[in-house]
Amino acid sequence: MDGNAPDFAAASRAALADPQLRGNFRRAMDGLMSKRAAQFADAGEWHAVRALAASVRLRALSKLPELLEKLEENCTRNGITVHWAATTEEANGIALDILHRVDARLVVKGKSMVTEEMHLNAVLEKNGIEVLESDLGEYIVQLDGTMPSHIIMPAIHLNTKQIAHLFKRKIKDAESREDAAYLTDLARRVLRAKFQAADVGMSGVNAAVAETGTLCLIENEGNGRMCTTVPPVHIAFMGLEKVVEKLEDVPPVISLLPRSATGQPITTYVNMISGPRKDGEKDGPREVHLIILDNGRSSIYADPELRDTLRCIRCGACMNHCPVYTKVGGHAYEAPYPGPIGKILVPQIEGLDKRGAMPHACTMCNACVEICPVKIPIVEIMGRLRVEAVKPGGAVKDGGAKASRAEAMVWSGWAAMNASPTAYRVATLAMSKLGNAAPSSLPMLKEWTNVRTKPRFAGRTLHDLARAKGVPDV
Amino acid sequence: MDHQPPKPTRVYYFGTCLVDLFFPDAGMAGIELLQSQGLTVVFPQGQSCCGQPAYNSGYRADALKVARAQLDLFPGDDPIVVPSGSCAGMMKKHWPDLFRGEPDEAKAVQVAARVWELTQFLVHVLDVRLTDQGEPVRVTWHASCHAQREMGVVEEPKALLRQLANVELVELKREKECCGFGGTFAIRHPEISAAMVGDKVADIEGTGAARVVSGDCGCLLNITGALEAGAKAARGQHIAQFLKERIHGR
Amino acid sequence: MSDARNSILTKLRTTRDAHPLTPPASDFAPIEAKVWPPEERLPRIRRLMEAVHTEFIDAAEADWPAVLREFLAREGVESLLYAPETEAGKRLVEGWGTVSPSPPRGEGRGEGEASHDSPEGSAMYPPHPNPLPGGEREFEGMGEGPTLIPYDRPLEDLKPQLFESIEAGFTTTRGAIAETGSLILWPTAEEPRTLSLVPHIHIALLRADALYDTFLQAMREQRWADGMPTNALLVSGPSKTADIEQTLAYGVHGPKRLVVLVVHP
Repeated sequence: MDGNAPDFAAASRAALADPQLRGNFRRAMDGLMSKRAAQFADAGEWHAVRALAASVRLRALSKLPELLEKLEENCTRNGITVHWAATTEEANGIALDILHRVDARLVVKGKSMVTEEMHLNAVLEKNGIEVLESDLGEYIVQLDGTMPSHIIMPAIHLNTKQIAHLFKRKIKDAESREDAAYLTDLARRVLRAKFQAADVGMSGVNAAVAETGTLCLIENEGNGRMCTTVPPVHIAFMGLEKVVEKLEDVPPVISLLPRSATGQPITTYVNMISGPRKDGEKDGPREVHLIILDNGRSSIYADPELRDTLRCIRCGACMNHCPVYTKVGGHAYEAPYPGPIGKILVPQIEGLDKRGAMPHACTMCNACVEICPVKIPIVEIMGRLRVEAVKPGGAVKDGGAKASRAEAMVWSGWAAMNASPTAYRVATLAMSKLGNAAPSSLPMLKEWTNVRTKPRFAGRTLHDLARAKGVPDV
Repeated sequence: MDHQPPKPTRVYYFGTCLVDLFFPDAGMAGIELLQSQGLTVVFPQGQSCCGQPAYNSGYRADALKVARAQLDLFPGDDPIVVPSGSCAGMMKKHWPDLFRGEPDEAKAVQVAARVWELTQFLVHVLDVRLTDQGEPVRVTWHASCHAQREMGVVEEPKALLRQLANVELVELKREKECCGFGGTFAIRHPEISAAMVGDKVADIEGTGAARVVSGDCGCLLNITGALEAGAKAARGQHIAQFLKERIHGR
Repeated sequence: MSDARNSILTKLRTTRDAHPLTPPASDFAPIEAKVWPPEERLPRIRRLMEAVHTEFIDAAEADWPAVLREFLAREGVESLLYAPETEAGKRLVEGWGTVSPSPPRGEGRGEGEASHDSPEGSAMYPPHPNPLPGGEREFEGMGEGPTLIPYDRPLEDLKPQLFESIEAGFTTTRGAIAETGSLILWPTAEEPRTLSLVPHIHIALLRADALYDTFLQAMREQRWADGMPTNALLVSGPSKTADIEQTLAYGVHGPKRLVVLVVHP
């Protein structure tokens, strides 16, 4: 992302104007919502396991510095090299150092949202290192030269026809066949050669267990296993919040993540890595590195309300259930994390100057809060960020960047009117009598009346009617 | 929610600003429904707004000022009934947060705890029995997000509609999905809001209902405005008014 | 680098201490409550795993190698990679030749993957054929069955065959989980990780008396927290993806087929 502030409104307009895209998202999200609902048909089980998963995440956050130290200690004991990065630049630098040291030419990657945050691929390419995304969705998106539009299903914005067309253009000897099985097999052939040849494999981390120094990765395709097993070096990236205290804390998280994300009872693979190849072992990487990234997370952690943002286990269910995301899709956000979690996480990482619009791209319907498997109060945090955006000097990066004297005056006038019964009576009377004469071209009314008739003032207020009908006042 | 609180004889009514300006008849219908159950309904004339617009826009001090102006209007312990899930949610759920650390926090918490959404009150406290006097009609129910998710009101309004013998209730395919109002959202993001209400209107049309009934005036402004602009047959109505008309036979 | 470490940890500690967080107790009862009668576990595992295209074959302790061999022959599978030092690997070898031996044939099935300039004598278990570089004997006497190939050297020396020609890999399991229909894999020095990953078909031996209700129960009873292996896995089906328009497709990167060989006591 460059220094220019992304324009969510413009990008969402473009998305809305694309009926193909809207259809793709509507269909996909409807399907995901019903599959998830089927997984949680037993409401009692859902509430109980959800409470457990939330407690696991909260306990981890309550001991975060200690657990990170313990994770480092146990990983190190297991032979994993642990690195710490305050910024994405530092994280990219650490990765590059490792790659240069082993003279890496080809890197294969499993899904990692943190590396999207780091724009790692661009950095590697600039350094002459070939990097290949291997999750099928990520691979498609990389071939297409775009960004993932969903954290779990990166290519959900494309349909089979579009992907067939893309493969035909980009893959040698590809036939033009709109058949998911054929296209999947094609990608298999291309990527297996790369797994075999890669110098370094990269991955994210779904949960890192402090107690045992274990990195847990879940996936369906096997590309994550390939990236973490076949190349001689494995580099794992994690945001510092991804730690859990005990191995026993993994099952509740693993139980809810795939059910929430895609409505499957479990992913095909739950991959638990506790070190590089040991003496006598015949496979596995000879080096495993864990890069722990802060990138603003410690600032999020500092605020007791905003801290809840870090509970997230990245299931993406909030996207699937977000009525805004469902309409505009992931690209409109122009951010590594779209949808509800993106609207609270990205502004805190990148600052409210650049991302102040994101917390407003929300109707506060609470659909995300209802289904979040770790009970993140997403909408409360959204509200808090709206406050921080207009309040200089607050807890969030670039707080007050969206402060506007004019807007503050409007609200101040609104408050004065609504805090005084007399002012309120006069104002509502005036609106009731005169409001309907307001032309549709007025700002606000203009936006409203694009697809709606003008709201009609009733002529008499409820205050009037109640008084007239003798409804007692005290 | 299963146990019934003791039936009160007197309730307060908080009409909300949108009802005041755009749907006063619905507000009045709510009062009359409560009166028809033998209750004394008190409508404090000093009331204005719950403060939600400023609260959700990031102007908490302004919201506090407005909310504070309502606090002294509801002395005692009588329930406060609100014909809007969204405003009820603001009062019940968010006032305690808004007043946190303020000198009048205890009072705000006490008031918040007494807030009921209208249909919730009709079902759980009054256990109303409605007799339908109206002509056969097919309706659908639009659930407001805040009624569902802040007040926990999901089945109550539909249970009331199902009491009406001549009313056929056809549920929306995506009942839980937001209509795209979202307060200032509709103005800040008019195109997205339009797409959302477009989906909602299509869903309503799909039910073949003559009316879409709802308990929130923000949603109703949005949905009825879009139905009218699109020259659709269905029209919107607040549930209080709909119920009142049904039991009076018109 | 350590600057980052210290500043991150200091900031976390300072701000946490300024605003401590008291988490609710973790009540594992809702997971512990998930139990199935023993006789229902295997059918449940089977149903869940078959729903994602896993195949099952049943065998008895006495004859499972033969059953597997027949299965592979029937499926036209010509090569099976296995772990020669494990108990199961040894059983596999012992049982391989004993069932319906076919007359010796003059040509090896595995010659396709054999390299010509083999370094000498690295096959550790000479009684079975090894068509890999270093295999001492040409394949013979296997009739219509597949060639057994021992995983007896580092991955680096096996990569081309592993990726390009070996069709199936055979591993044991540490049991299976009824809740989700998952096999527990516990790769070791003897039984490498890629056995269950790279070949197109993964054959997993599951003992019918090693079934657990939940992942939690399995890790507790097997005392995982006392010592994790380099890699432990839950595997719940063949590799799959729905990344193309949510259309389920199997065999994207990992095995295309997962065959569970259930050995009944």
